Amino acid sequence: MAKPTFAMYWAASCGGCEISLLNIGEKILDVDAAFQVVFWPCVADFKYSDVEGYPDGYIDLCLFNGAIRNSENEELAHLLRRKSKTLVAFGSCAYEGCAPGLANLTTNAATMRTIYTDCLTTDETRDRLPQPLSMVPEGEIRIPVLYETVRALDQVVPVDYIIPGCPPEAHQIAAVIQAVISGVPLPAPGGKVIGAGTVAVCEECPLAKNVKQITRFYRPYELVPEPGICLLEQGLVCMGPATRSGCGALCPQVGMRCEGCYGPLDGQDQGARMLSAIASVVAAGGPDQDEAEQEHAIAAVMDTLADPAGTFYRFSLAHSLLRRVRVAEPGT
Amino acid sequence: MKRIAIDPVTRLEGHGRIDIFLNDEGDVANAYFIVPELRGFEQFCVGRPAEEMPRITDRICGVCPEAHHIASTKTLDALFHVDPPPVAKKLREMFYSAFYVADHTTHFYALAGPDFVMGPDAPPAERNILGVVHKVGLEIGKQVIDARVRNHRVIRMLGGRGVHPVAGLPGGWSKAIAADERQVVEDVARQNVDFALFSLKLFEDLVLGNPQYVELILSDTFTHRTYSMGTVDANNHANFYDGMIRVVDPDGAEYLKYHPRDYAQHIAEHSESWTYLKFPYLKGIGWKGFEDGKASGVYCATPLSRLNAADGMATPRAQEAYEKFYETLGSKRVNGRYQPVHFRLATHWARLVELLYAAERMLELATDPEITDPHVRTPITTTPTEGVGSVEAPRGTLTHHYWTDERGILTRVNLIVGTTNNYAPIAMSVKKAAQGLIQKGTVITEGLLNRIEMGFRAYDPCFGCATHALPGQMPLEVVIRDPAGAELQRLSQYVD
Repeated sequence: MAKPTFAMYWAASCGGCEISLLNIGEKILDVDAAFQVVFWPCVADFKYSDVEGYPDGYIDLCLFNGAIRNSENEELAHLLRRKSKTLVAFGSCAYEGCAPGLANLTTNAATMRTIYTDCLTTDETRDRLPQPLSMVPEGEIRIPVLYETVRALDQVVPVDYIIPGCPPEAHQIAAVIQAVISGVPLPAPGGKVIGAGTVAVCEECPLAKNVKQITRFYRPYELVPEPGICLLEQGLVCMGPATRSGCGALCPQVGMRCEGCYGPLDGQDQGARMLSAIASVVAAGGPDQDEAEQEHAIAAVMDTLADPAGTFYRFSLAHSLLRRVRVAEPGT
Repeated sequence: MKRIAIDPVTRLEGHGRIDIFLNDEGDVANAYFIVPELRGFEQFCVGRPAEEMPRITDRICGVCPEAHHIASTKTLDALFHVDPPPVAKKLREMFYSAFYVADHTTHFYALAGPDFVMGPDAPPAERNILGVVHKVGLEIGKQVIDARVRNHRVIRMLGGRGVHPVAGLPGGWSKAIAADERQVVEDVARQNVDFALFSLKLFEDLVLGNPQYVELILSDTFTHRTYSMGTVDANNHANFYDGMIRVVDPDGAEYLKYHPRDYAQHIAEHSESWTYLKFPYLKGIGWKGFEDGKASGVYCATPLSRLNAADGMATPRAQEAYEKFYETLGSKRVNGRYQPVHFRLATHWARLVELLYAAERMLELATDPEITDPHVRTPITTTPTEGVGSVEAPRGTLTHHYWTDERGILTRVNLIVGTTNNYAPIAMSVKKAAQGLIQKGTVITEGLLNRIEMGFRAYDPCFGCATHALPGQMPLEVVIRDPAGAELQRLSQYVD
């Protein structure tokens, strides 16, 4: 019997998803043994034209990492959807835009100004911005069009499964691959999260929670946290309550707050969930205070929170209720 | 005019592409190395709290997040005007050394190795890490995998995560290490030193022992005489974590030595509309186009350039390897230092000299009595303003520059990333390789395409970040078109 076919592709991404896959160590040889690789730019030398030549549905499993940031990313998303039986949004960028999705808080025009026109180190060519079509002495050169809005994969094509994380932790990747190889049936497709937990990071975090209330937030450099105690209760904006488990709560164990890279739990908006988690730990004044005084007290605590949008939605902005601050042109 | 498009070659946040134009005689008129993507970190980081930058900018590159993490953390030290305790600096450098070992190892064995171990003309199906393993033996293959695994274990232990570490803070590091953890790092470092020595021996046997490869390394096709950049310590020895930026001219004379915070006085960036990436150059010399030589502001920032910019290595065995490197390649000592080597393919050897230095330095730090000091943070007492920080990323000098308001919220960001330094030299190497290898009537063979690839592979470009990590063949396709755009010939590489 022919081996199942496997593809992995990167769109707008950093390469960390590929590295995390490598970090499964010698198990990578199992992938090699179990699958026939038919497209994987980092490993094998198949071209877009090869993929175009495959029959529709030829690829049994396609791991797609990276967000949709330009015209080339979008073309490949459509192509791989058509050619793949099972398409997985692999990692935070494909799932929900990740940190590069914070570009949805700004505009392409501002990005171009910052990187070229107003940059400290650009020279007199600072106004020479990248163009989709350039004429050079020998002919023309075309480059992909940068889109105004960063999109997640499932905002462009239907996705069968999601493996979250920035990047997905190697042991989770290994578990999914092992399951597929051994023939364990996956849940019914339709955009379900696999390779992660179903509860909040707090549930797998070993730090002790004491239901303590806080009177202000601290920036990470302002506070040396007491070891072994919940970071949120010490005033650090730990995203654990609003974030899906699966990583093993790695960051809090080295004294750093959860950044939220595994994204929200099913049916939740990560920022909205975090707000309600914060509400439960913010001290709202004593029982002798009236409602106005309590509201004032809460507002005072919330004022100590720096950059809520960039903190609550660092990974999930492009896929959140907010999605972007300004509505982009149609088609972009 | 005919056009050869190599698309995609490899990646920087996506893909790189080479467009080669042939003139009517069939010779190469020009070659363009195009970077077709942009994510715009400098803009969307504005408005973020500065202290989050080590955990945001590591998402620039998932292959070298440690480099961004450390450069960013050092930038925060400058921004908040704080000097971390000695143990914090040592933990950062130890963490960074483990990363260097892992990174240089994977590049050499998975990406560069196949060209030399299997040969540039070997069938593509064999010219990859699996072919290397078959030729040199499974035992060595397992050593390579183990080198990655054990160093990533150290990276995770010290930095919190295996990819995208989190422990960097202004004024220090979030995690101290216990005695048992220190022992783990020491054991790994000892294995790393042995592994680096073994790798250098392998290079000598397989590459230097083969006259054809030596000829290839010394050939004009793969030679560029540019300025060389690198970070040096107080003794002008190469350093990856901290020091002054030194630039030597093509003859080896010191042209510049400056504090990283003064980078903008010395480096400027040129733009072209056909690519999203900018071309840095030496401001004092000026942009003279894609040209070699002392009169052109083009410089290199690679393992080779770091060795060229330094007077030597700070650890004993790496120093021995350094001397052997220059002596073997025919470099003479002038005014107490070796003349620069300009053979781009020698970068692979230079990378192994650095691998040995990183391993030795990691061992020094792991056995430093202070390394388990629990006082890993200096309190912040000042208002942030502006800061610059840099490290030597494996692929070149990496500079971060932040400005904030008085609350430490970013108002402006500038980044000059490792590979970006080398954009002009890479473009030049690709063009020269194409010109040297494609002439009128040339039959384009797969091996010839691979030699063009070798022109930029030496730089370990971050365009190929992930490429350099696994059984790896750069995707490469050449399409030759006539002036009307019709396809004349198409060649692809395949790996089964």
